[in-house]
Order: sequence, then C-alpha cells, then structure tokens
Amino acid sequence: MVMRVISADHAVAHAVRLARAEVIPAFPITPQTLIVELLSEFINDGELDADFMPVESEHSAMSAAIGASAGGVRAFTATSSQGLALMHEMLYAAPHNRLPVVMANVNRSLGAASGIWLEYNDSMPERESGWLQVYIEDNQEALDMIIQAFRIGEDKDVMLPVMVCLDGFVLSHTVEGVELPDQDLVDKFLPKFTPLDVLDSENPKTFNAITPPEYAMEMRYRLERAIEGSKSVIGKVDSEYGQLTGRSYGGLLDTYRMEGAEIALMTLGTATSTAKVVVDRLNGRGKKAGLIKLRFMRPFPGKELIEITKDLKGLGVFDRSLSFNGFGPVFTETRNALHSAQFPITNHIAGLGGRDITFEEVKGMFDVVERSARGESFKECNWHGLRGVTV
Amino acid sequence: MSDQQMKTIKDMPRTDYFVRGHGACPGCGVAIAVKNIARILGPDATVYVPASCLIVFSSLYPTAAFKWPFLYTAFENTGAVISGIKAAYRRKGKETTVVGMAGDGGTFDIGLQALSGAADRNEDVIYVCLDNEAYMNTGIQRSGATPFGAWTTTSPVGKKIQGKREFKKDLGAIVAAHGIPYMATLSIAHFNDFVKKVQRAKEVKGFRFLHILTPCVPGWRSEAAKSVAIARLAVETGMWTLYEVDHGEDKLTYKPKMMVPVKEYLQLQGRFRHMSEEDIKKLQAWICEKWKHHYYEEIPVPPCELEKGKKELITDEDPLHGV
Repeated sequence: MVMRVISADHAVAHAVRLARAEVIPAFPITPQTLIVELLSEFINDGELDADFMPVESEHSAMSAAIGASAGGVRAFTATSSQGLALMHEMLYAAPHNRLPVVMANVNRSLGAASGIWLEYNDSMPERESGWLQVYIEDNQEALDMIIQAFRIGEDKDVMLPVMVCLDGFVLSHTVEGVELPDQDLVDKFLPKFTPLDVLDSENPKTFNAITPPEYAMEMRYRLERAIEGSKSVIGKVDSEYGQLTGRSYGGLLDTYRMEGAEIALMTLGTATSTAKVVVDRLNGRGKKAGLIKLRFMRPFPGKELIEITKDLKGLGVFDRSLSFNGFGPVFTETRNALHSAQFPITNHIAGLGGRDITFEEVKGMFDVVERSARGESFKECNWHGLRGVTV
Repeated sequence: MSDQQMKTIKDMPRTDYFVRGHGACPGCGVAIAVKNIARILGPDATVYVPASCLIVFSSLYPTAAFKWPFLYTAFENTGAVISGIKAAYRRKGKETTVVGMAGDGGTFDIGLQALSGAADRNEDVIYVCLDNEAYMNTGIQRSGATPFGAWTTTSPVGKKIQGKREFKKDLGAIVAAHGIPYMATLSIAHFNDFVKKVQRAKEVKGFRFLHILTPCVPGWRSEAAKSVAIARLAVETGMWTLYEVDHGEDKLTYKPKMMVPVKEYLQLQGRFRHMSEEDIKKLQAWICEKWKHHYYEEIPVPPCELEKGKKELITDEDPLHGV
C-alpha cells in the first residue's frame, strides 16, 4: 500500500491499472482526458499490459468496448458530457447483452449554456439505459469504486455495465491523498473476468439478434430483475472491500448523523462533503439534522430510503441537474420511493453549470426543510444560489 | 483443398457458414456474396453485422443463419466493433478472422467515420461493404452509393426533378487513401476473381476492405434471375470496375474487351426506366471519364452501340447464371 497525492482522474487510472483492464478504447474530452492520458503512459511504460485503442469518437469508444467485452475481456473507457451523449445509442447495447464494461464519467454540463464545468445533466438521463450508476464523493472513493465496479459488474448474478460518475474539476483536477492498494490485494479481490457468454468460433453464439415482440418484453423483464438483484451484490462487495482495505462506503447509500435526526438532506457527489460541515454546525446549535449520501442512482435504493427516513419530520433532496418543467431527477425518484411518507419532501436545485455550492446555500436548504417540517408552506422545487432572481 | 490452392470457383470449399433458411429475397446479391465469403473464410471467423438487410434476414430471434459467432448492435459502428472484438481475440491469443459486413449506407454514409478510424489504426480485420446502392432495408432510400439518375424513394421521379442528381461516391479511392494493406472491388458475376480476392483478404494481416456490388431485386426493380447478369453488365459497361490495391500496388483484375453502352445496363432495371436521353448521356460521359481513369483508354462519347446478337450473349447466356 502506498499513499499518493493525486487527482481523481489519476486515481481512476490507477484503479484501472490495478484492475488489469485489457482493452481501453477512448477518445479525449475535458475533464476526463487525464484518465486516458495516464492510462496511455502506464501502457507505454509497460506498467499495464493492455491494448489502448485511440478511436475516432466516443460512439466508437463504446462500440469497441462492447466488441471487446463480447470477445471476453475486461474493457474500460472514460468520457464526459457531450462524449457521453454521443455514446448514448451504444449505452443501450451493453446491458441487454450482459456485457460488464466499466466506464468513468467525469460529470460536466451538457449542451447549450455550454461549459466544461460540473453538472449532472450528462449522466442523469442515462439512468434509463440499463447501466448501474454510482456517484462518488472524493478521490479515494473514485479509486475504490472503479475497482469495485469491475467486481460488481462481472459478478455472475449481475453481468451488467457500471458507470462511475465523478465531479468534473472539483474531483477530476483536484489532488488529495489517495491510498493505492497493493496489486496482490486487488488481484485477490478481483479475479480474472469470466464471461457467461462469449464470441468464440469453437462454440458459436448469436449476440443481439433482432428480437420480435414475442420475445423482447421478457428480455426487458430479465434485465429489470438483474438490476434489482445487483443490490445485494453491491452490499456484499462493499463489505468485502471494507474488510480488505478498511474502507467501506455503505453500498447503495451512506448516512451521516442520521441517528435521532428529525430533518435531513439527501446529497450526492462532492456536495455531500460540504453538507457534512453544515450538518455538524447545525447539530452544534442543537438542531437534529442528518445527511443521506446517495451513491447509486441505479439500482435506486427506494426500499432502503423508506427505512432510513421513517423517523424524519422533513427531507430535502439536492439535485445538480433538472428535468425542465419537472424536478431534479434524484427528487423525482426519491419522492416516488417515499410516496407514503408523512413528512414534507422538498427539492433543492443548486450548482448548475459548475456554480460553487457554499455552506450558506446548504444551510438555506436545511432552513427550508426545517420550516416545512414545522408546517410552513414551501415550493416543492427551490433554487439556491441564483443571482438577480427573487425566488 | 488448402487455402493456397484456392484460385478459382472450383476450388471453393463446400461447407457453409451462412446456411439455407435465411430470409433474403430470391436473387439477392448480398446473400450470394455473404454465402460465398463465408465458405472461403471457413470455420474460424466471427462476424459483426450492423443495421442492414443482412441483420434482418440472417438473425431474427430465435433463428440464426450464420454458423459463426455473431454480434449486432447499431448502424454506424462496424469499424469500431470489429476493432474491439479483434482486440479481445488478440489478448486471448486467438487467430480467429474478424469480419464486419455492412451495407452501402452503413459504409459510405453513417459508418464512414468508424470505417476511417479502423482503417487509420490498421486494425487486423476484414471490412466487407455489400453495396446495393441504396438503403434497401428501410425501403430503398438514396445513399452516397446510389448512381446518378436512379430512382429511390427519397430521389423520386417528380415533375421537376427525376432521380438522384449526384454521382456515386468513389469510396474505393477514399478507403485506399488510408494506405491500408489490402482493398479490392468484387462482383458476384466474376467469381474466379471473387474467390482470389476473398482468399487474398484472408491471408493478409491488417485492415482489409472488400467492396462488392450486390444487385437488389426489389430496389433495382429487376428480375431475380438476372441479378448475376446485371452484375456482369455493371462491369462490362464501366459502372463497376474490378481492381485491387495490394500493399500500395494498384492492379486491374479484369478489363472488358470493349465498353458496352450504359443503356444496356440501365434497361434491365426499373430504377432507371424514367431516365431522359440527356441524363443517360450525362451518366455515359461520367463513365467514360471513369473508364479513362481506370483503364487509361479514351472512349468516344457515346460509345458504339452493340450488335443485337452480342447483347443476348451478355444478358441471357451468362455462364455463371444462378451461382
């Protein structure tokens, strides 16, 4: 084990090296590029025995990763924003063919009001594609989660692709101390990839034939069951990794000071770290405030949320993207899961287009939650940190 | 019969890896091409098919016409997916031939970028373009491969504009410009040439590109029994040229004894029935330029008309009719 001061992008690259990925097709896009640059260096320096394929687009990156995974090897790629959007079509091929490709998506805002800064409007729409999707909080978690993603995706009861989402710039280009586990430990935790089905001329199989209505619906149902079934594997893998490294993340979600909490905020990504400080301050002033850190957007921990929130008097849900004329996606999913809850649930939009989320703004979110818990009437969807607009 | 001796149609192995029972139309040029490529490439191959007629008539769950491992995902990514499969095989130390079989739309148009990427990286794969000169699977829409004047459902014969106004894209030149180890154009009517080229593609390492003109009965509005004859006339008129570029060396593999007027080719296909004399002249002039480019031979425009007897020989007494 060594400790290195590195960015989350580099932590991801180290994780991919330790996981012994074999085929890495990739295309550059800010703020992901540091990942594939370092992987290229590992390969050219002989530190990673893998094929780096410099493809001509993200669409081809995902296509080649799918081809390699169907050929029976561990495949990894990384992207961001517009690149993920260009891959969109191909994302749908991996889950149904049960190909456990692992991808890092460095979150960056998508589309007009164009920028290279953090927002979740690139990856959130892809939660419909059948990929497992996890959001992380710090650089260590980036490394640990990439290693776990291969193990979860390649579990014979799962066999699904996994998208590890990390905050652009806030994590991708910010250095922190990261513990790199020993290769022996990772090898023990992550055995060689054994596909269920593989393209093999000695035992020819047809992958992804055109599927008429008589069969397609059952295939969709099986995929749905597999995603739900991945929940137990995620929990199991998290505890096993915890035993080996001393780092456990709670699986689908984690909690902070939720014991005895009356009001709570649910966050994901780096906003969680900011919110933890605010929770501490609020508790210091005698408020019973807690925090739920959502990790997996797919599978979504609906049942788990019901249990965790059962004693709450108010819950706020933070979103770093939104469905226009609707709500933030995390809020939509959460309120749907908690439809029988007897306490108010409010949505808190902040940090769009990479805007910083300050302690004051998080405190503002808790204010709304606290007052709505006392019975005050609030808008369901509250924007925080808007300039020049009265909300 | 060892691979080295496979020089003519008689040497072709008889074991099929694209088997009967598929759903292609009678007289389908794609089916003829695919069946015979599969015979030549033999058992140790894997195929990727993008969106096309071929995916629909070969692999409709729960049936499969390929006895090879088969993958389909989308339309525009043949070059990329076959690169990925080959990379996996390379990692596993497998020698299996990886072949992508795309249509003209999937190659000339939507798949051009992934094709260029794979050619640029000199991926060790065979890319086959089955060129029936339009998006036949979606119902005969114009592609970059559609010839000048041809009717398609998106280049209809209107009161103002009749048929496609642009000439066929020179894909062979684009692909060859990547400096790949081997590229060739093939015809389902010139089978000894076909066998040699597929065999050569099988032997060569690196990116190989086979471009085959595959007549389409419903799309070309032709008779099923005439597909091979039409393919032969395409070459005799200069609409299609048989050549290869082997490690940078250009070689014409067949030269017609004389240029047959393009009218002979057009009249067998309903897609050209509406063409005005003026448009036919325009197409003929384009072919004469192409002929000069390929064969270094000036042809006066228009070329001499054929004698009646000869015409019959070309269209109806084709020795390879029904192969």
